[in-house]
Amino acid sequence: MSGDEAMVHTDVHVVRRRARRVGARAAVHAVLIGYSLLAVGPALLVVANSFKERQAIFDSPFSLPTPSTWDTSGYETVFDEASFPTYFRNSLMVTLLSVLGVIVVSAMAAHALSEFDFRGRGLLRIYLLAGIMVPIRLATVGLVELFGSLEMINTLWALILVYIAMGIPLGIFILSQFFAQVPTELKQAARVDGAGEWRVFAVTLPLVRPGLGAVAVFTMLPVFNDLWFPLVLAPGESTRTMTLGAQQFLGQFETNWNAMLAALSLAIVPVLVLYVLFSRQFLRGLTEGAIK
Amino acid sequence: MSDPSVRLAPAFAASSPRRRRLRSPGARALLFCAPALVIYSTFMVWPLLQSLRFALLDDAGDWVGLDNFDKLFGDPLWSERFWRALRQNMQFFLFHCLVQNPVGLTLAALLTVQRLRGANVYRTLIFVPTTLSVVIVGFAWRLILSPLWGIVHTPLLGRTSTALPTLSLISVWQWIGIPMIFFYATLISIPKELIDASRVDGASAWRTFWRVSFPLVLPMFGVITIVTYIANMNAFDLVFTVQGVQAGPAYSTDLLGTLFYRSAYGSVQGGGDRAMGATVASATFAVILVGLLLFFLVWRRRVRTYQL
Repeated sequence: MSGDEAMVHTDVHVVRRRARRVGARAAVHAVLIGYSLLAVGPALLVVANSFKERQAIFDSPFSLPTPSTWDTSGYETVFDEASFPTYFRNSLMVTLLSVLGVIVVSAMAAHALSEFDFRGRGLLRIYLLAGIMVPIRLATVGLVELFGSLEMINTLWALILVYIAMGIPLGIFILSQFFAQVPTELKQAARVDGAGEWRVFAVTLPLVRPGLGAVAVFTMLPVFNDLWFPLVLAPGESTRTMTLGAQQFLGQFETNWNAMLAALSLAIVPVLVLYVLFSRQFLRGLTEGAIK
Repeated sequence: MSDPSVRLAPAFAASSPRRRRLRSPGARALLFCAPALVIYSTFMVWPLLQSLRFALLDDAGDWVGLDNFDKLFGDPLWSERFWRALRQNMQFFLFHCLVQNPVGLTLAALLTVQRLRGANVYRTLIFVPTTLSVVIVGFAWRLILSPLWGIVHTPLLGRTSTALPTLSLISVWQWIGIPMIFFYATLISIPKELIDASRVDGASAWRTFWRVSFPLVLPMFGVITIVTYIANMNAFDLVFTVQGVQAGPAYSTDLLGTLFYRSAYGSVQGGGDRAMGATVASATFAVILVGLLLFFLVWRRRVRTYQL
């Protein structure tokens, strides 16, 4: 075999390998594009059809609204019949306060569990973490009884307290891993400088910021999207959350497709916009929380 | 320290027994843990124990021992409902395991292909359903699968044979982001040198994945499975929104969660009662504990976890 032939041979080999790699890449993209469409398709279908007149919804579900099929009567029904702004405000308030509560309270506990050595630490840790594995819904009968005796049924505070309790075990679990990585020297240095325990805690907080983000992400969605507790603890008109409000509206307007599609779109779009805006931080939080 | 007495008499303050107790690590820890302890104990642990206790009382609050459980397992009507819900719940869980693990791992593996363009966009889009409320997802799919719309001509949700598998797939479709992100997090935490070493040694990408990455991901399967199990045994929202509180057709989509809701808070046909609600919840609790025991005693002992 002459040198030239060997060169040609190598070139063909390289070209063929590169072609195969390009082909493999294309296949990867094809699968991912296909699955992405499957993931967002239903939401797009709902939103697109919510702007169409009834006949067009049934005749051509996959086409976008055109001037001749444009119809927003569904939205008019929703704005007349449901108080979505109130529901949304309730949801926002419950979610924000729950997330804040979980973060503050679990950060304090996680700091204590990783910082101080004391008798019973192991037991306390097990007690606080056990809740990760026990779903709080099983406590519903007891919770209804408890809030009934506190006269707190149909208050947003009942929801907030339950959600904070629900988020504490996972919050402590995730944050403990982050607090354990804060260098001891830093805390000792702060103490030598005369800082009290609160100050030491405050100094370490910025160092566990990714952990706080992860906890916020893990708490936020289950709270905002929960149906169970709003249904049993706060079903009243003025305390209804977005999820429960949408559920009841949709249940009432079962045969009015325009109204149903409009209500679904109104429930999907704000969450989607928030998610797309913060998806980077959001997915990073999830990834960091998952690894720990 | 702004407390004036401390500034004036530090020696006294330091030696006072009260001060010293507050400075012991245990007291400090308790102080920091107090808010979490109080809220968690009051609004989770206590109501849970109460729920278990209510299972031993009748609806009026009188002690009846195990009578409620006797009714749940002995009364043909109740026992039929309970075992049906449990059986269907297990099928629901099985569907999740069979579909979400392979699909989630495949997506995660594809997303971690080196220098893949647009990986972030795909990841963001695939996670979209997980961010939506089950209520929204349920109604959206009900419209999509409605024979009225005609995209699918068979009433998949209206037949006893297809309703539960269809609901399971909707649920998997929604939650696939969670296993995916867990697998993804594990895959990207594998040191690049490990992968590169395998490739330099001449192993194909396929072989490298199965021989190097997969064993490192394996422990994640257990974690995801147990998390799914717990979530599935509590599933309620999807059935409730798509099929209603009666979990139709003909109770073919009834799960422990919907049975619990009907037992405690009633349904169209009649009111529920606290005692039977608490009894179903306690039985569900037992089902979850069995799953946890199997996980910790069987899976955790068999599967090796590698420290990276």
